Amino acid sequence: MKLFAKSLSLSLMKSELRVMFTRRRTWAMLFAIAMIPILLAIAVYLSSDRLAPGEGPPFLDRVTQNGLFTGFTAMLLAMPLFLPLTISVVAGDTIAGEAGLGTLRYLLIAPVNRARLLIVKYLGTLVFTLAGTFTLMTAGAIIGAILFPVGPVTLLSGDVIQIPEALGRMAIVALYTTVSMMGMLALGLFISTLTTIPVGAMTGVLIASGVSQILDNLPQLAWLHEWLFTHYWLDFADILRQPMELSSLGNNLLLQLGYVAVFGSLAYGRFTTKDILS
Amino acid sequence: MSEKGQWAIETNGLIKAFGDQKAVAGISLAVPRGSVFGFLGPNGSGKTTTIRMLLGLAEATSGEIKLLDHAIPKELQVALPKVGALVEGPAFYPYMSGRNNLIRIDSADRFSDPSTRAARVDAALERVGLSNAAKKKVHAYSLGMKQRLGLANALLKPRELLILDEPTNGLDPQGTREVRNLIRSLAAEGITIFLSSHLLTEIEQLCDHVAVMSAGKILAQGSLAELRSHGQTRLILKVDRIDEAVDILKTQGIGKIKFSGENMIVPVVEDLDVSRINEVLVKKKIKVSEIRLEHPSLEEYFVDLTGEGFEVVR
Repeated sequence: MKLFAKSLSLSLMKSELRVMFTRRRTWAMLFAIAMIPILLAIAVYLSSDRLAPGEGPPFLDRVTQNGLFTGFTAMLLAMPLFLPLTISVVAGDTIAGEAGLGTLRYLLIAPVNRARLLIVKYLGTLVFTLAGTFTLMTAGAIIGAILFPVGPVTLLSGDVIQIPEALGRMAIVALYTTVSMMGMLALGLFISTLTTIPVGAMTGVLIASGVSQILDNLPQLAWLHEWLFTHYWLDFADILRQPMELSSLGNNLLLQLGYVAVFGSLAYGRFTTKDILS
Repeated sequence: MSEKGQWAIETNGLIKAFGDQKAVAGISLAVPRGSVFGFLGPNGSGKTTTIRMLLGLAEATSGEIKLLDHAIPKELQVALPKVGALVEGPAFYPYMSGRNNLIRIDSADRFSDPSTRAARVDAALERVGLSNAAKKKVHAYSLGMKQRLGLANALLKPRELLILDEPTNGLDPQGTREVRNLIRSLAAEGITIFLSSHLLTEIEQLCDHVAVMSAGKILAQGSLAELRSHGQTRLILKVDRIDEAVDILKTQGIGKIKFSGENMIVPVVEDLDVSRINEVLVKKKIKVSEIRLEHPSLEEYFVDLTGEGFEVVR
């Protein structure tokens, strides 16, 4: 029995990813994510009026000067709504999707330990998020390089970094935004244990991210802002400084881990005692 | 713990309450190892809820469960690899092939050997006659094919116990026959089979033990022969001159004759010699067009226990 114990612990994880990436829905969402920088770049390329510096969304004016900014700009556009939308689909689907199909009961009698299933499901959503953010940054770099000049990148601090380092910063942005989503993914996992209707769970997660962003914009609630899981979502601009401004990254990581601990525990408490009647 | 107990499934005072309604109201099952045990009851009688508790999907409100001598839910992870089950219909990922669905579920089981996975999956598909459709996506499967795939899933590993909830649901007559034959061959291998069904004929054909459930309670439990013996054997007679025949039968010590249409129905006491009765009647020039013994059917007993009605009990 011990002989194949090692591969066994990974079997379910591999299987989970295989199921996720067999679905056409997963690829459609990644494709849609890739379209964000592509559409953005084409729109900027085709528009005859050049934007004055500082006009429009941050970085947008820089895209025409350096294609490598396409990814960053697209990420800023995608963070408030589109990325959370696709991610809520995956996070809301974790348990509710299996329950809705009825496959949950067959997994549990396979048998899978319920806590283990939760962990695997959570890691699966994290992998999807990572795939999503990297898809966006990669598509941005490629379309940017095709349509616009590419060269050393002038950072927000005025320093100039070479292309390889710029690509490294893009990867860090993708990692940062993935970390930013960890709290929401845990919330999604918890909501998903409450229902057998995946669409309900997805909507719940999306509403939570919307409400959180609205609260974050109300100055009267300033005391609350740093506790909102969306609070640091757009702060990856700090990665484009020299040296990198790491304090908000650290705060964000702590906050996200806090959300993971809280909603992970709630999901555990709920799911391990739940009657599976679907 | 290699010593195997007498029972494959044993429950004691098992209760499942939803609010103040008891879906399962204190049942004590005793399923002998090696038996084909029919779990018979009308729709909504609590059969599936019971099965969910046996498999640890739902928690019992009170009562004890032992599955293959393991206490449930405490030793669920030890017991379940030895149990194959089909619960409330098959369920699969529609966008994956039948084969990949089985691989998925087998991968979920930490105790199954990945090096034999492909071979075991193919063998299970072969056994239920799905080899040719193995690569088709499940959304293209008919209900009968999904039902077979569900059975294949239960057969991914050598099992000691199979819990099959309505395994012939949605199958055409041919498929039903095949599944019944499959169950017989599995039983012949010594696997205990716990078969839940609302179809009496299915239970009568396949099972040697049966429990009858209605409205959350077990109304009767035992071997098929025991349950059959509850009813009474009757002599059915069809003759031309009924009044004379009644008198003649009285001389033979037979009273309590009931009539149903042209038939006379006589409750039979132990050793009634049917051929002698026939002989006496014929000697008196009575034309006997039909004379036969009718053994008690399980159906009558079942209807006696659960009521005739078509209504859902609650």
